[in-house]
Amino acid sequence: MVEAVRCTGRVLPGWRAALLVVEERWIWYRRNWRATAISSLLQPLLFLVAFGVGFGRLIDASDRAAQVTGGVPYLVYLAPALLVIGAMQTAAFESTYPILSAFAWQRTYWSVTATPVTPGQLAGGQLTWIALRLTLSGAAYLLVVVLFGAMHGLGVLASLVFAVLSGMAFSAPLVAFSAVQENEGTAFTAVFRFVVVPMTLFSGTFFPISLLPGVIQPLAWISPLWHGTELARGAVLGTVALWPAFGHITYLMALLLVGVLLSRWRFQVRLTR
Amino acid sequence: MAGSVDRMSDNGAALVHARGLRKRFGTVEAVCGIDVGVRPAETFGFLGPNGAGKSSTMRMIACVSPRSAGELQVFGMDPDIEGPRIRARLGVVPQEDNLDNELSVRENLHVYGRYFGLSRATVRAKAAELLDFTQLTDRAADPVNLLSGGMKRRLTIARSLVNDPELMLLDEPTTGLDPQARHLLWDRLFRLKQQGVTLIITTHYMDEAEQLCDRLVVMNGGLIVAEGSPVELIARYSTREVLELRFRPGDQHSWLDAVHDLADRVEKLPDRLLLYTLDGEAALATAHQRGVRPVSSLVRRSTLEDVFLRLTGRSLVD
Repeated sequence: MVEAVRCTGRVLPGWRAALLVVEERWIWYRRNWRATAISSLLQPLLFLVAFGVGFGRLIDASDRAAQVTGGVPYLVYLAPALLVIGAMQTAAFESTYPILSAFAWQRTYWSVTATPVTPGQLAGGQLTWIALRLTLSGAAYLLVVVLFGAMHGLGVLASLVFAVLSGMAFSAPLVAFSAVQENEGTAFTAVFRFVVVPMTLFSGTFFPISLLPGVIQPLAWISPLWHGTELARGAVLGTVALWPAFGHITYLMALLLVGVLLSRWRFQVRLTR
Repeated sequence: MAGSVDRMSDNGAALVHARGLRKRFGTVEAVCGIDVGVRPAETFGFLGPNGAGKSSTMRMIACVSPRSAGELQVFGMDPDIEGPRIRARLGVVPQEDNLDNELSVRENLHVYGRYFGLSRATVRAKAAELLDFTQLTDRAADPVNLLSGGMKRRLTIARSLVNDPELMLLDEPTTGLDPQARHLLWDRLFRLKQQGVTLIITTHYMDEAEQLCDRLVVMNGGLIVAEGSPVELIARYSTREVLELRFRPGDQHSWLDAVHDLADRVEKLPDRLLLYTLDGEAALATAHQRGVRPVSSLVRRSTLEDVFLRLTGRSLVD
């Protein structure tokens, strides 16, 4: 009779399983962070210099500037909004190609669900990783901006929380969308062209949405970026009012919740065919 | 055939027990009701052409694809209810490599081991042991995309062993490998078998099944068409010897009448006739006496390939 094999594998609680997915992504990131740092950190800083410093001089010299910015220099007005844009753009990238790759190209998701980890835990871990990525690049941006002198105070930390919340409210539904893509196709290009770009331009980053034509304004209201921008800017400038803030947070949380549920569902369906 | 399955499931010790197992994808039924029992420490094979339902069966046993109907128990547990607990004790080698190409060889093992709840220290020691076992130690720091196909396969096997599985599921483990790489893999699988690991293998290589499997089932069109040890199957579905008579392609038909009574069964291939008989040399001598002049001739023992061809038909399914 052969001696029985002693198996060392065991089932972990759900949150620990999800954290192991984060650990895996971290191991990858540790080696590859330089490439992503350029796009996630440098891009918002370049925008800040170009628009905040360059273009800002024009704005600040205008009579109506105070009407738009509430009296603060344009650079200060813009800095927290660019934090939220950076989070949204990093979220857009992290929630598309890496997800499709893990499903269709490298098929690494299938290797994960062959272990005790379930598809739902995998989806949770993937989203947690994206939130961590947004937090890291947001913190790096804030560090530079604070050293610049364009922001200060505790509101800075709150703005980071709001930026990540707003990025995740966009990321979670997008992850669910990516989980049903079979190959690259034109789906992601369409998302970037028809969702990310308009959102970037018309979500109150560079000017208040009240300056938009009336028909376009409702589009800004559904954009998570606008809600995040209002919150982050309000937190830094100290202009946030309780009830609007509550509304923005509720909307973003609802979007996030729907996205998480959809992602878990799509991961479950695709990985257990 | 049914008798041995019953015996096994009745003793309650089967690692895998399936009864009337079915898998449907939309309107297509990939597995159409099969009974399987796999005993501890045996090497069990699923043989069959592409599309026979082997991989679908493996995925159901691996608890990553819910069954459409029938009974299935792995380690006595129901995959629908206790999937994670079953998977914790499995080692899975999928048909397509799904290693993380952007991580190093060692990192792939590390990450995978962590998913089984192993501590960092345990997984570090285990990775070193497995790299040695699969002869990948000098490639430990390389990213996976620099490895050859054979090395990736070895790494996938090393990865599947990280939790010291009681049951390994290998879906076409050597497809696409060169002969040397295949023999190295077989050698490693033999060692695992000696250590008491239960192996379930799908393959469409008959030599692989003959080398490795204690018992196997032949699947065709989602059904099990035969079950037994390689020797039993050859005895049941083929003759002891095969006489191969090679002719110029096309000529073989004209000799069929002269030889068909010399064998239990004759198969026509594009360039030869296969005569299934107890005594190949005697059949060859008689054929010569009758004036049959093949380009060449060969007497050999029956193999699983002969069984396979008989049971699944000549035509290849892709």
